[in-house]
Amino acid sequence: MVAMYKRKNYGFYSLVVFLIILMVAPTAFASPKIKIGVIGPMKFVAGQNHWWGALLAAEEINAAGGVMVGREKHEIELLKTDSNEMQNLTDAVSSMERIIKVDKVHFITGGFRTEAVLAMQDVAADHKRIFLGGSGSPGVTERLAKNYDRYKYFFRALSPVAVYFTQVNLFLLEMAGDKMKAELGITKPRVALVLDKIVVADPIVTFAQDMLPKMGMEIAGVWRTSPMANDLTSELTAIKAADAHLILTFLSGPSGAIFNKQWGELRIPAAPVGYNAEANALAHLQATGGMCDYVSIWGTFGGVKITDKTVPFFNKFIARAGEYPLSNAATYDAVYLLKEAIQRSKTLEVEAVIRELEKIEYRGASGIMAFYPRDHKWPHDLKTGPGYTTMLGLQWRDGKLVTVWPDGRAALGDKEWVGIKYEGTVDYNLPPWMITYWKKKK
Amino acid sequence: MVEALIINGLLFGGMYSLLAIGFSLVFGVAKILNLAHTAFYMIAAFLAYIATMILGLPLLLSAILAIIVTSILAMVCYKLCFDRIKEHETAVIIVSVAIGILIQEVLLLIFSGHFRRIPPFVSGFMEIVGIRVAYQNIFAIAASILTLSGVWFLLTKTKFGIALRAVAQDREIANLSGINVSQICMITMGISGILAGIAAVIIGSIFLVSPLMWLTPLIIVLAAVVLGGLGSLKGSVFAAFILGFAEATVTCLIPGGSFLKGAISLSVMVGVLLIRPEGLFGVVFEEERL
Repeated sequence: MVAMYKRKNYGFYSLVVFLIILMVAPTAFASPKIKIGVIGPMKFVAGQNHWWGALLAAEEINAAGGVMVGREKHEIELLKTDSNEMQNLTDAVSSMERIIKVDKVHFITGGFRTEAVLAMQDVAADHKRIFLGGSGSPGVTERLAKNYDRYKYFFRALSPVAVYFTQVNLFLLEMAGDKMKAELGITKPRVALVLDKIVVADPIVTFAQDMLPKMGMEIAGVWRTSPMANDLTSELTAIKAADAHLILTFLSGPSGAIFNKQWGELRIPAAPVGYNAEANALAHLQATGGMCDYVSIWGTFGGVKITDKTVPFFNKFIARAGEYPLSNAATYDAVYLLKEAIQRSKTLEVEAVIRELEKIEYRGASGIMAFYPRDHKWPHDLKTGPGYTTMLGLQWRDGKLVTVWPDGRAALGDKEWVGIKYEGTVDYNLPPWMITYWKKKK
Repeated sequence: MVEALIINGLLFGGMYSLLAIGFSLVFGVAKILNLAHTAFYMIAAFLAYIATMILGLPLLLSAILAIIVTSILAMVCYKLCFDRIKEHETAVIIVSVAIGILIQEVLLLIFSGHFRRIPPFVSGFMEIVGIRVAYQNIFAIAASILTLSGVWFLLTKTKFGIALRAVAQDREIANLSGINVSQICMITMGISGILAGIAAVIIGSIFLVSPLMWLTPLIIVLAAVVLGGLGSLKGSVFAAFILGFAEATVTCLIPGGSFLKGAISLSVMVGVLLIRPEGLFGVVFEEERL
């Protein structure tokens, strides 16, 4: 009887041990995951795009088996962190510190505001973590030029440098100006400059003031708005009074949303062209009540075939996030860039991955991605122009965002742009009420 | 240029006066510096958004519901938070800021930072002396004037208004006269909620609705109330128009400096206070009330 009892005990305990082994074994023997921190203002559209872009990439990579490091495959694990940089820059620094020191991420991607990215860049440098970040300010990569050894961990993978998108602003302005000449016979369009009073916009004012006369345009006035402005009626009234035909915008915050809404409501007869951080999202259509129709902005993704990865990513993003992907969704390409660099270096060792990132040329959803070398004035910035990252000119039309540029013509006299027109691009249109207004005024 | 200045000045002044008068009323009667006043304005805007854009209710019904619910919330807030600590001014200020931030964070959690809109009561625009003005803005000015008239009528021609003014002038004597001071204060809070709600449904369709929309008007409202003289309703209205015109002037005359319009209008306030520290219509010494 006692012997039978003891046999039953052994059997029971053996079963328990076996079950424990079954539960623990997969994790005990699994390859450690590659942890990537995704940091951004998660309560706002910029941060949400950071997350969705990275998530789609991580899911695809893991579904395909993961990242090959040497002979082992590792899955990617994303850690979402709210930098709260739209409200408090100190939070951005603490969040960055936390994901590095507490969550022990291997790599980081994200960041939106220049002020926040500069601070996060320092934290990444302190802890020698590769940070594929955003922002457009040249100052972010000029730091590398001055102190390469400290800041080499940073690669601006989510956005070209502001100087380039200043050029794109002018490319779009030239396109709109050509349309004015063709449809209204206006040979010297007057341009109102409306820019938020932020660091990254300052050089754009100077550049535009220098370039517009050379482009055969006149400056009707310069309006510097607060990025948090909640009413721009006065500015729009003044722009109309100045007889502006075109409005060059650089609106980085809520000012962009209210600008388009009030511009459309008042039917201001000047076509807005340029950067508007709020205007690339589907939510913008609802927020403005459809008043954003005919507004033209630049962006990274537009549903046209930049590479064979673009359209599938664009459609998948809309299906999953219910939104158009903004430039911040380039975290999708950032995660894939990291995968490529890790696989080529065959290690997670930081210096080796940096060396691979510096020489990589990757065909991403946003274009051909490669970085300027360390001796460039903006090291680790995305190479831009024909053959690399071009950005897109977009326009709201009948509730949809369509791509209107590159349009296959020379841009500001640069013939390298001839023939660059992605499949799915349509012609730029002026707002119909603007055509009526200026035809009457003649 | 002058025409644009006048029209925009009237628009901003009308909008700010709607917000400032509710704030001033609460301070004058209940002696509460309610820094969450514009947060109630934000709640009303979101309630109107939910009612119109999510539930699909008619705009007028949505506006009425938003105003009523905001008023009730304001009274509940008074009863639960301010009534117990109203003798401690510093505590009241801190609690009101905390309430404002709490409301902001809850709305951010539910709605995130996306902008929303409330449809306008009147769509389209007209041209006045060559200046394009949205019909909704004209409606906002008219509604502001009507609301201010209603408040004036309430305060001067009704028994409740007399009781309210009595409490504002001297709480102890009012109490001794048989006026229920606590109830008057709570109802005043409710009225300020109604005024914030009216401002929200009118102004919310001119601007955009977001969980951060309470912060900028708070600064202007504080400036208007201080400039006009703390507790003076007439002063708040005048000051709101002064600040509105100051903002319109900056934008029209200094286009490159339009981002400074907030700072300049506050500088106007500082300038006036240096000359007249009690504000435009405030009293110099407490004894002067008698």
